[in-house]
Amino acid sequence: MKVEELYQEIILDHYRSKHHSGLREPYQAEVQHVNPTCGDEVRLRVHLVGDTVSDVSYESVGCSISQASTSVMADLVIGHDVAHGLGLYEEFLTMMQGKGQIEPNEERLEDGIAFAGVAKFPARVKCALIGWSAFRDAIIQARAQ
Amino acid sequence: MSLDGGPEYPVTTDLSDVAPGSLALVEEPIAFDVEAIRADFPILERTVGGTPLIYLDSANSSQKPRVVVEAVEDHYLNHNANVARAMHMLGAEATEAFEGARAQLAQFIGAHRSEEVVFTKNASEALNLCAYTLGASLRPGDEIVISVMEHHSNIVPWQLLAQRTGAVLRWFDVTDEGRLDLDKAVAEGLLNERTKIVSIAYVSNVLGTINPISQIAALGHAVGATVVVDASQAVPQLAVNMADLGADLVAFTGHKMVGPTGIGVLWGRYELLAALPPFLGGGEMIEVVTMAGSTYAPPPHRFEAGTPPIAQAVGLSAAAQYLSVIGMNQITAHEREITGYALEGLQSLPGVTVLGPNELVDRGGAVSFTLTAADQQPIHPHDVSHLLDSRGIAVRAGHHCARPLHERFGVQSSTRASFYLYTTRAEIDALIESLDYTIAFFGRLR
Repeated sequence: MKVEELYQEIILDHYRSKHHSGLREPYQAEVQHVNPTCGDEVRLRVHLVGDTVSDVSYESVGCSISQASTSVMADLVIGHDVAHGLGLYEEFLTMMQGKGQIEPNEERLEDGIAFAGVAKFPARVKCALIGWSAFRDAIIQARAQ
Repeated sequence: MSLDGGPEYPVTTDLSDVAPGSLALVEEPIAFDVEAIRADFPILERTVGGTPLIYLDSANSSQKPRVVVEAVEDHYLNHNANVARAMHMLGAEATEAFEGARAQLAQFIGAHRSEEVVFTKNASEALNLCAYTLGASLRPGDEIVISVMEHHSNIVPWQLLAQRTGAVLRWFDVTDEGRLDLDKAVAEGLLNERTKIVSIAYVSNVLGTINPISQIAALGHAVGATVVVDASQAVPQLAVNMADLGADLVAFTGHKMVGPTGIGVLWGRYELLAALPPFLGGGEMIEVVTMAGSTYAPPPHRFEAGTPPIAQAVGLSAAAQYLSVIGMNQITAHEREITGYALEGLQSLPGVTVLGPNELVDRGGAVSFTLTAADQQPIHPHDVSHLLDSRGIAVRAGHHCARPLHERFGVQSSTRASFYLYTTRAEIDALIESLDYTIAFFGRLR
């Protein structure tokens, strides 16, 4: 796979205008995740109403892959069950660890399937996961309260 | 070329019995031939997906000439044993090789005596050694002065020391051009009677700035401070003479100067080293150990607890020898020429902003920059480096272990190209062409 193919329109669109970006109130948990090797940083908040993820808001700096992936994640989890969001996290993680051998489920991951190619570039897997890991971490903290 | 007498350069085979200073005799001016030098580095023949490798990340870690790898191999295959404690033939050979490497390094950096050379595992350990041992006499309210352009390895050890002792950490700012802001420091009274330690990089790993070490050392000494220098980016590129530099302690690393990983050097004025307490405890660094207490070996062994990096020292010695034979002045000149050519090329590209000095005055061979597409959208360094990598070009992307400096310049990260004795103009041309392509690629898709 050529690296140019990695940068699909979907990824660059999300990078250009990140969905759900910005920190909002109310929130139950806020986490900060960094990738010390390249300096990507995300501060992310979640707000739960019952079992529903009512909001995910974030402030982040980083490469196109990390920014677009966080944007896609927010699209996919807001307004859904916590269990659904955590399930998608597992699916996305499996895809990213699959070295490009795993056929993603488009019905569930939607724009997230654009990142299937990233799994072929080990150095970029962390980029694609940073927002998702922050989301999972924030959910765990919010639930612990 | 080879160190046992290749056709290109006059060399001596064994420097262990060469008197200090006499290395200059074999350093006859010879034409600097970058193609002949490249032939010494087998890794430069590699390709990336069919295109030749273009390695522009030497400030991160340099490549190794065959002679260095062979010196390490020869040591392991023919002379390996522990040093200073094995009373047999191989033990004697290993000890001679290790101490011979120390003498070679001392000569390379212009130390007065080889006991001023302490082997560590890297520059970070050398700087931690400084912080730990100098810190033993710090009191609350004492001040430590660093700069905002330091590598994390010359920031964090001092932060830890300040936390342990109640000392205050202060720092030089930089000007927008990327020079140490000495005027501001004077106006602020940065150096004063409370200053006990000043620790500054000789050459910035991000900006390439060469700092006026002798001037800073004089300022530090005027207030009675000990002056530490992080010379990790300087020793590979510049002829550094410790006796003239004016500093008290100087750290650098082997792997950036065509030597092996796993070895660094701390040079110190002997009287100072002799007055410092031990750093790590263990074998090798002691004189007499009883259950009630111990006495310690004199420098340098006081600071070398445990089995040291023996084979790495042998490799580093071969590296110093290799650089000496080519001539540090010629390496500096080549680095300047290539850096100037790269700065010219980068400034010809719309959308490139160079961090640090734009001109070749007091400037080393690391060039960091940011990139924006035609629509003014920034192109993230991680995306830049990935696209360059796919075209065979290795650069570094991120904050280069200097996050505070990036913050100072208002950028989250940058792309860095860095050069060395084997870098060619054609490689710079390829970099510029690929950056042009990168700008177009990210601009077009938007």
